[in-house]
Amino acid sequence: MSTTAAEPLFSKKNKKLLSDPLNDNNPITVQVLGICSALAITVQLKQAVVMALSVIAVVACSNVIISLIRNMVPNRVRIIVQLVIVAALVILVDQILKAFVYDVSKQLSVFVGLIITNCIVMGRLEAFALGNKPWPSFLDGIGNGLGYGVILVIVAFFRELLGSGKIWGFKLIPNSFYEAGYFNNGLMILPPMALITVGIIIWVQRSRNKKLIEK
Amino acid sequence: MEYINIFVKGIFIENMIFAYFLGMCSYLAVSKTVKTATGLGAAVIFVLGITVPINYLLENYILKEGALSWLGSEYATIDLSFLSFIMFIAVIAAIVQLVEMSVEKFAPALYGALGIFLPLIAVNCAILGGALFMQERQYANVGEATVFGLGSGVGWFLAIVAIAAIREKIRYSNVPAPLKGLGITFIITGLMGIAFMSFMGIEL
Repeated sequence: MSTTAAEPLFSKKNKKLLSDPLNDNNPITVQVLGICSALAITVQLKQAVVMALSVIAVVACSNVIISLIRNMVPNRVRIIVQLVIVAALVILVDQILKAFVYDVSKQLSVFVGLIITNCIVMGRLEAFALGNKPWPSFLDGIGNGLGYGVILVIVAFFRELLGSGKIWGFKLIPNSFYEAGYFNNGLMILPPMALITVGIIIWVQRSRNKKLIEK
Repeated sequence: MEYINIFVKGIFIENMIFAYFLGMCSYLAVSKTVKTATGLGAAVIFVLGITVPINYLLENYILKEGALSWLGSEYATIDLSFLSFIMFIAVIAAIVQLVEMSVEKFAPALYGALGIFLPLIAVNCAILGGALFMQERQYANVGEATVFGLGSGVGWFLAIVAIAAIREKIRYSNVPAPLKGLGITFIITGLMGIAFMSFMGIEL
């Protein structure tokens, strides 16, 4: 890694760090990380987007910080150090959300705090930031945050469209549909459907990408 | 009566997994056999039953606005609630460490059974989730908080043991290849969640 000074900022390897988590190595559907908070807040697109942005910010920042201090922290206490750094960042995010988008922050309730124990954050810190330089770690954080965000947005899109006929709070399905006998699928708003939606996403992804199929 | 109500609510109606998806990561990772699932489930009940009341005391005597008034009237206006995330997670990490050491010393058999699951629990969302729900719902006293912790632990235990049993059986079924493993587990969990929703509205 001593040649990094000559390496361009967006070399092929770095680009791969950014694009890999979006598909082949998606944190939710392939690495199975961070499902905890991913599903509960996908009833509406707006919440999902806010949550995705918060996670991207936390993963990227904590990756950079841990990567900067990775040679100073003794191995034995690293989990506590990571938890404290992540918790501090999450407090920042929480305060910012409360200040600027109070209603969304109320709806997200405990799930903002749960970013701390979101396995994506800890998983990427352990697997990547501890052994890499800040810039690749930053890209890795952004990439994984985006991979998480993409699934969140897809799930939220379908749940909001089918469940309440709206996107981002705007009515999308015209009234004439309802008059013709169309009903919103109330089941989509309930929590279990989030799981089934993710299951279907995994199904679609794996049938397109055969090498991800489990034995 | 209030205690039983909170307990039953924690197990069935507000089940950590089926209603809030907390602790999904370990739920999916450790549910391959019933034996390991039972171990992790027991550890979760144990840790939730201890950390929720401790965090409750912390919240009500140190962090909440006006909680410090027992120190004197000049402290009555201090609001430390913005620190709650960091305090809760620190308490959980420390308690898990303590519990691990004391279980190892006083109950080696239990330690052998729980094994590697205890340290894993510090980063289980269900534990922090328990603390945060306790904060949000504002239980009346420590007893209620403890019962809530135990109840949600039992609910989590039930869920992981059930899915592990189903996964052991499903290994012999003919699942479409792309759905194998993760995909089918998600869908089964969703169906179980729908089943659990029928408990909604139960009140004792």
